[in-house]
Amino acid sequence: MSKQPSLRIVLAKVGLDGHDRGVKVVARGLRDAGFHVIYPGLWQAPEAVIRTVADEDADWLGISLLSGTHMTLVPRLIEQLREAGLGHVGVLVGGIIPEADIPKLTELGVARVFGPGTPMEDIVQFLRDSGSRTHA
Amino acid sequence: MATAMDRKLWAQWQKEIENAPPPVQPPTTVSSVPIDPLYTPDNLEDFDYDTELGYPGQFPYTRGVHATMHRGRLWTMRQFAGFGTARQTNERFKFLVAKGQTGLSTAFDLPTLMGIDSDDPRSLGEVGRLGVAVDTIEDMRQLFDGIDIGKLSVSMTINAPAVVVMAFYLAHAQDSGVDWRSLRGTIQNDTLKEFHAQNEIYFPPEPSVRLTVDVIEFCTRHVPKWNPVSVSGYHIREAGSTAVQELAFTLADGFHYIDQGLERGLGVDEFAGRLSFFFNAHNDLFEEIAKYRAARRVWAERLRNHYGAKQEASCKLRFHAQTAGCTLQDKQPEVNLIRVAYQALAAVLGGCQSLHTNSMDETLALPSEHAVTLALRTQQVLAHETGVTNTVDPLGGSYFVETLTRQMEQEAGRYFERIEELGGMLPAIDRGFFRREIADAAFAYQREVDAKHKLIVGVNAFQEADEKPLELLEIDQAVESGQIESLHRVKADRSQDDLDRTLADVRRAAEAEENTMPTLIDAVRARATVGEVMCALAEVYGRCDATVV
Repeated sequence: MSKQPSLRIVLAKVGLDGHDRGVKVVARGLRDAGFHVIYPGLWQAPEAVIRTVADEDADWLGISLLSGTHMTLVPRLIEQLREAGLGHVGVLVGGIIPEADIPKLTELGVARVFGPGTPMEDIVQFLRDSGSRTHA
Repeated sequence: MATAMDRKLWAQWQKEIENAPPPVQPPTTVSSVPIDPLYTPDNLEDFDYDTELGYPGQFPYTRGVHATMHRGRLWTMRQFAGFGTARQTNERFKFLVAKGQTGLSTAFDLPTLMGIDSDDPRSLGEVGRLGVAVDTIEDMRQLFDGIDIGKLSVSMTINAPAVVVMAFYLAHAQDSGVDWRSLRGTIQNDTLKEFHAQNEIYFPPEPSVRLTVDVIEFCTRHVPKWNPVSVSGYHIREAGSTAVQELAFTLADGFHYIDQGLERGLGVDEFAGRLSFFFNAHNDLFEEIAKYRAARRVWAERLRNHYGAKQEASCKLRFHAQTAGCTLQDKQPEVNLIRVAYQALAAVLGGCQSLHTNSMDETLALPSEHAVTLALRTQQVLAHETGVTNTVDPLGGSYFVETLTRQMEQEAGRYFERIEELGGMLPAIDRGFFRREIADAAFAYQREVDAKHKLIVGVNAFQEADEKPLELLEIDQAVESGQIESLHRVKADRSQDDLDRTLADVRRAAEAEENTMPTLIDAVRARATVGEVMCALAEVYGRCDATVV
């Protein structure tokens, strides 16, 4: 890890969902593990998220959703990433996602879904193993 | 209180405990407060029964706000419900009443909670999903259709747009021939905790509080049996706070509303008695019980000694409790039933006035009928089978519980001092004090779970390889389009002149710093939507953007 530039990850809350306990804990945990974390706060429009990903030259986008709108908002974000030429950015989803929706999300291109109770170490390990698709 | 202890035997016990192997997990509360292996009269050496406890229904109300508590009257069993359209939620309400529920509690969807309409682009995917969609007074009529709100008490969880929803409710009551003086229930209307934790924010802090106080003032004068605010620690705790933070920040919010009511010219005894509270019922049984007991004592003492309240009602902290959503797990979800039962026990032993028990499937979806029935049955078993209602405050006098109650009280006092040092409530919000404290606690908790210093059944211990999924409630995607259509019908049917005139009056009242409630009632009668009223108010008050959160 030490010589390589640290992975850059944008964490995003989209839509009206205000549950930010998880995303803030993950942001700190990833920061402490040496990642470069950008968390722009609540109520981000999908367009704004895409802009942040582009401006920050992010390797990963982590979307936090606990309001049950993942099947509406995640496909949108992925489509907009592709349209913006950011299809190489890895997408993670965290929050409350029913089991049945997980295959649908991975089908759409989500690399991994992290549900409640995920140890921080699992997320850190996943990112270290997957590395950067941007700078590889 | 303190009884003589045999020092020789005590020394013998101490020796045994010193030689015992240490516990695998550190013996701390869920908030990481260290707990001693034993509490004895030594812990309560200077304990004074009359000043610290008193009798139930008597100052400082540590043992409860009523003389007979649950022996005289059970707590209200009130399950929070709402999804889809007003018609669907109305059906769920009637279902719950038929199952023996004794009060209603309304969950609104995210657009309504955020003060925007169902047809706003930001509402996409959210309409009717986490609660019921309410755009106009027509939805409110539908929601309570066939329900006698003159008799049944109704609670509504709404904050930034609480003024608007209260206007819907009051107009609906009047139109149904129900006297405002007979209305019983609660509107959450606690905008301060939105800034600390819950994040349903529309206006900046100062006007947010102003609107909260508009409802308090109006109800004090016209809806005397209504609880115009439910000062809420629940969400603070859900955001990851400790029990002490929940206690201290909630009471500090309550004091701020008292200060603002006084500034408005209300007498403390005119309105303090109508403030109600809402606390979390988390996993740690004794810590929670101590929290509720400390809350009553701190509130009573502050009201009498600092605010000079004379009426008993002003000093009585009445509270609703809800079991902790954040403790529910998606792994082995049936185990949640067991968690909820213990959490409910804490709330009941702590002297709650009403209780919501979460359903086992709530990390996965809104509760199914099966799950919500089991949750309600949990309360019924507690009330009728366990015997916990037979005597008041059964843990009063426990060396451990009294010590914890005192600790909570003292630590809350230290938080009040820190808030004071930061310049008071609003400056402390501006500096991000509450959010930082809560985020630190949430992070510390997660680290302890990751390190297995705290075990969670099914998550970091006792996992199952194969899990059987629950049957879940699904929200029909057609709800959103149906709601938008009916909103458009209401909009097409109303008089534009009436709408413009009444909204102009709302702006005028806000500018003149008058109580906005009367103008809001006129505006919603002219079928102004939640979003339109909030926009009109925002022209005067400004909006709060995400930079504060």
